[in-house]
Amino acid sequence: MSGALRIGDQILSSRLFLGTAGYPSPDALRRAIEAARPGLLTVSLRRENAAGQGQKFWEIIKGFDIPVLPNTAGCYSVEEAVTTAQMAREVFETNWIKLEVIGDDYTLQPDPFGLLSATERLVSIGFEVLPYMNDDLVLAERLKDAGCRVLMPWGAPIGSGRGLNNVFALKTLRERFPDTILVVDAGIGAPSHATQAMELGYDAVLLNTAVAKAGDPVMMAGAFAQAIEAGRQAFLSGIIAPQDKANASTPLIDRPFWHQQGG
Amino acid sequence: MRISVTVNGTKREFEAPVNIGGALKVEGYEGMLVAVAVNGHFVPKAQHGVSRLKDGDEVEIVSPMQGG
Repeated sequence: MSGALRIGDQILSSRLFLGTAGYPSPDALRRAIEAARPGLLTVSLRRENAAGQGQKFWEIIKGFDIPVLPNTAGCYSVEEAVTTAQMAREVFETNWIKLEVIGDDYTLQPDPFGLLSATERLVSIGFEVLPYMNDDLVLAERLKDAGCRVLMPWGAPIGSGRGLNNVFALKTLRERFPDTILVVDAGIGAPSHATQAMELGYDAVLLNTAVAKAGDPVMMAGAFAQAIEAGRQAFLSGIIAPQDKANASTPLIDRPFWHQQGG
Repeated sequence: MRISVTVNGTKREFEAPVNIGGALKVEGYEGMLVAVAVNGHFVPKAQHGVSRLKDGDEVEIVSPMQGG
């Protein structure tokens, strides 16, 4: 393994952050988690009914010794996001929050202004905010100034499976924030997308739909775990720079017939 | 006196006075892992036993769910 990821006082054993929604069955979710062995599991809140559906889900998640990252999915205002984060802190007993403040229905693009405002409020009351953001450089700077140790730009719209839509912007964030933990969150479709993010030097990848909706979620969970590890090792190894000219990989000196033909 | 309170989007009636803890018990949530907001504001568990509901309050009761 190519090293754990440290966020604050928490050490995460894997750089794959896995969502828990949309699996074909609770058993498929359980087996996908076993195959992926993610560093974090994302969870959420919903209205509970007296039948206790949420309690059953939580029993599955609690069975794994994996930290959880609650989100504020579905929040369109700062007030909703702050209240949801406070409820999540009490239920999940963690001050970490994946902050989502959605600004557009069609793309589920985050509202950058609401995101910053909610971040400032949550940091002021003791939250470790991991913001789901677009890839805007200035927004990243403002969120970092507001106290975020982790930034989570999207690769593409949630659930779209498009991969990294704007590699240039993601590269720029990596270059401009060398000491900030950067996580590509959303839009991942194939393991190669996750590898690409890790090869760019991203610290982790957060994904859900690509595993949950795969033909075989359990096998795909394992594929993503390997892809992210491969990308991390490639980044640490130093990837060669591309060039236009061919460069023979086999040494030519002392090969048979060296300099004996063609002049 | 009975008061009308909206619980997770559904109108319910309670005998006043009733606090959040009492309402949770009546509605069948006792012992469950839930968090509560009243009129859009989070109410910590420590206050459930003392925070009284009023006629017209809107209560959200949430619990863990799958999320991405």
